[in-house]
Amino acid sequence: MTRNFALFPLMVVIILVSLPLMTMYGFLILDTFTDAPPGELWPDEFTLRHWRFLWDMSAAGNVWMATLNTAVLALSMVAVVVPVSSLAGYAISRLNLPYRRFFLAGILVMHAFPAVTLLIGVFFVLKFTGLYNTMIGVILVKGALMLPFGIWIMKGFYDAVPWEIEMAGVQDGASRLTVFWRLIVPQVKPGLVALSVFAFLDGWGEYLLPRVLAPGSEMTVMSVLLNQLIAGDDIGFDFNLFKTVGVFYTLPVIALFVIFQNRLMTIFGGGTKG
Amino acid sequence: MRLHLDNFTKCFDGTPVIEGLNLTVEDGEMLALLGPSGCGKSTTLLSICGIYRADGGRILFGDRDVSALPSQRRNVGVVFQNYALYPHLTVEENIAFPLTVQKKRTDKAEVARQVREIAELIHIEALLSRRPAQLSGGQQQRVALARALVRKPDVLLLDEPLANLDAKLRLEMRSEIRRLQLETGITAILVTHDQVEAMSMCDRVAIMDKGEILQIDSPTEMYRAPANRFVAGFLGNPPITFLDGQTAQEGRFAMAEGLTLPLPAHLRNMPAGRPIALGLRPEHFGHGGAGQASGRVTFVEPQGREMLFDVQAAPGVTLRSIQPTRDDVAIGDEVTWSIDADRMLAFDADGRRL
Ligand SMILES: Nc1ncnc2c1ncn2[C@@H]1O[C@H](COP(=O)(O)OP(=O)(O)OP(=O)(O)O)[C@@H](O)[C@H]1O
Ligand SMILES: [Mg+2]
Repeated sequence: MTRNFALFPLMVVIILVSLPLMTMYGFLILDTFTDAPPGELWPDEFTLRHWRFLWDMSAAGNVWMATLNTAVLALSMVAVVVPVSSLAGYAISRLNLPYRRFFLAGILVMHAFPAVTLLIGVFFVLKFTGLYNTMIGVILVKGALMLPFGIWIMKGFYDAVPWEIEMAGVQDGASRLTVFWRLIVPQVKPGLVALSVFAFLDGWGEYLLPRVLAPGSEMTVMSVLLNQLIAGDDIGFDFNLFKTVGVFYTLPVIALFVIFQNRLMTIFGGGTKG
Repeated sequence: MRLHLDNFTKCFDGTPVIEGLNLTVEDGEMLALLGPSGCGKSTTLLSICGIYRADGGRILFGDRDVSALPSQRRNVGVVFQNYALYPHLTVEENIAFPLTVQKKRTDKAEVARQVREIAELIHIEALLSRRPAQLSGGQQQRVALARALVRKPDVLLLDEPLANLDAKLRLEMRSEIRRLQLETGITAILVTHDQVEAMSMCDRVAIMDKGEILQIDSPTEMYRAPANRFVAGFLGNPPITFLDGQTAQEGRFAMAEGLTLPLPAHLRNMPAGRPIALGLRPEHFGHGGAGQASGRVTFVEPQGREMLFDVQAAPGVTLRSIQPTRDDVAIGDEVTWSIDADRMLAFDADGRRL
């Protein structure tokens, strides 16, 4: 009781500060279901008109195709980044590799490197290999750019697993592979879950690479589609439609955060608890 | 199974840590590797179990040379200092792990039976469904032992198994490990830097320093007749006191600081003027004998049953005595106590016992 009481002033401050944000989110959701008279703030009618893009492809382009593309990109990120990072992270953390320090430094540098500066080079490479304007090309480039982060995170999780567990496993007669699979991977599971979610979200939100490297209309992802909505030259620009597509685009992200919020925290804590 | 290290050598980054080590552990014997930190005990142990590759010499289990075999094929049970239990598995799964990864599959019922059998031997039947995090230190230790023994290894290696336990548990696990070793008749090596542990648990003790084995003997023999000054100084608590001086006329020993004592009987006719060192254990000062020393008591440490006294017998020379608890001596008192000269240890200038 007293503790809650002491928190009271703090709560007030937090609420005051976040009030504008919450108001904005509130109106964002509200506007997708309502219409307000021109110049007014409060809506006066309920409508599902803004959600018509879900069935009417002329409203905002082929939303379902874009959703599918985005999902493919996001899931591919998981499929590429998680397995490669978990193996590479293990190697960097545990194996006595030649040039290990060089790899470590390289990963850190690449992690900090602004990807935009590589764009032109990447563009030429993709053109040359025939992967320009394909989803595969985008996936490969995006995956490669995300790997340093993934490897670094996974290395941290492997570092937290005691050496002795591995030694004990080998002593117990298990092969290195069995030890990795049955003893080590279970210990870094929180890392794998968190990295999967991160990779998915990163792929889901990506705008620049698909925009530049796969501009073809059949490869449009949600972020690009959303951009085309406002960048369009229409005179009758529909603000509420834009907001509604935005909300639709954000729904999976919110769902993932709600489901995995505790797991995501472990990526900063590192290692298993309890 | 008999274990034999033949001219074993191990280097790290080109510098030898252990060079030409020879060691034999007889079948069913428990041997302690005792030595100060960094002397190469763990290195030796990890080389025996195959985690380190030997850089020279041979490691024999019975007549089988295992030097070139990987850990998995050596059949050695190891208990690590921090137990290294698998945190995501239950106790039962932990103990069963070595059986489930074997090449020739053991069927489930048989695995369960063997796990139960070893669990009964080690008294952890009640814990089988728990996870390591739900166990106390002593219980974790037992599980680690069970896991190491379930495969019926040829050799059991224990690397400081008691270091993480509190004093009371340590006492309990000391006799428990020894009981298991005797009951299973397994050949075992215990690595420790605790002399009490080494002496109380093992048939023989090997004292190591700087990658070399200085002496291998039964605990009593090693305490009574240490091969050199290092061994003498390492064993015994409170430790032995060394007195550096010279032999003098009439079978006596004299220190530059002024203290003189009779030499031990077997050295009485040494010529005078030889530099030697005498080692006086605290239990031989104040308990009768031919020599005597007087001085002022500078320190008294009550230990309950016994008391420890520091006596300044000459400027800069402090002798230590352990005696049954008594109230008649206090700090500052002048005392004259006897020294059992014949049981003093004598060392030459190179530290070898005379
Ligand atoms: N992986 C390694 N690389 C290089 N040197 C090592 C390595 N492991 C051990 N050493 C060196 O080898 C020597 C012996 O080490 P070891 O671990 O065997 O000592 P120890 O007797 O077990 O000591 P402690 O009682 O502290 O465990 C030490 O000087 C140590 O610095
Ligand atoms: Mg050690």
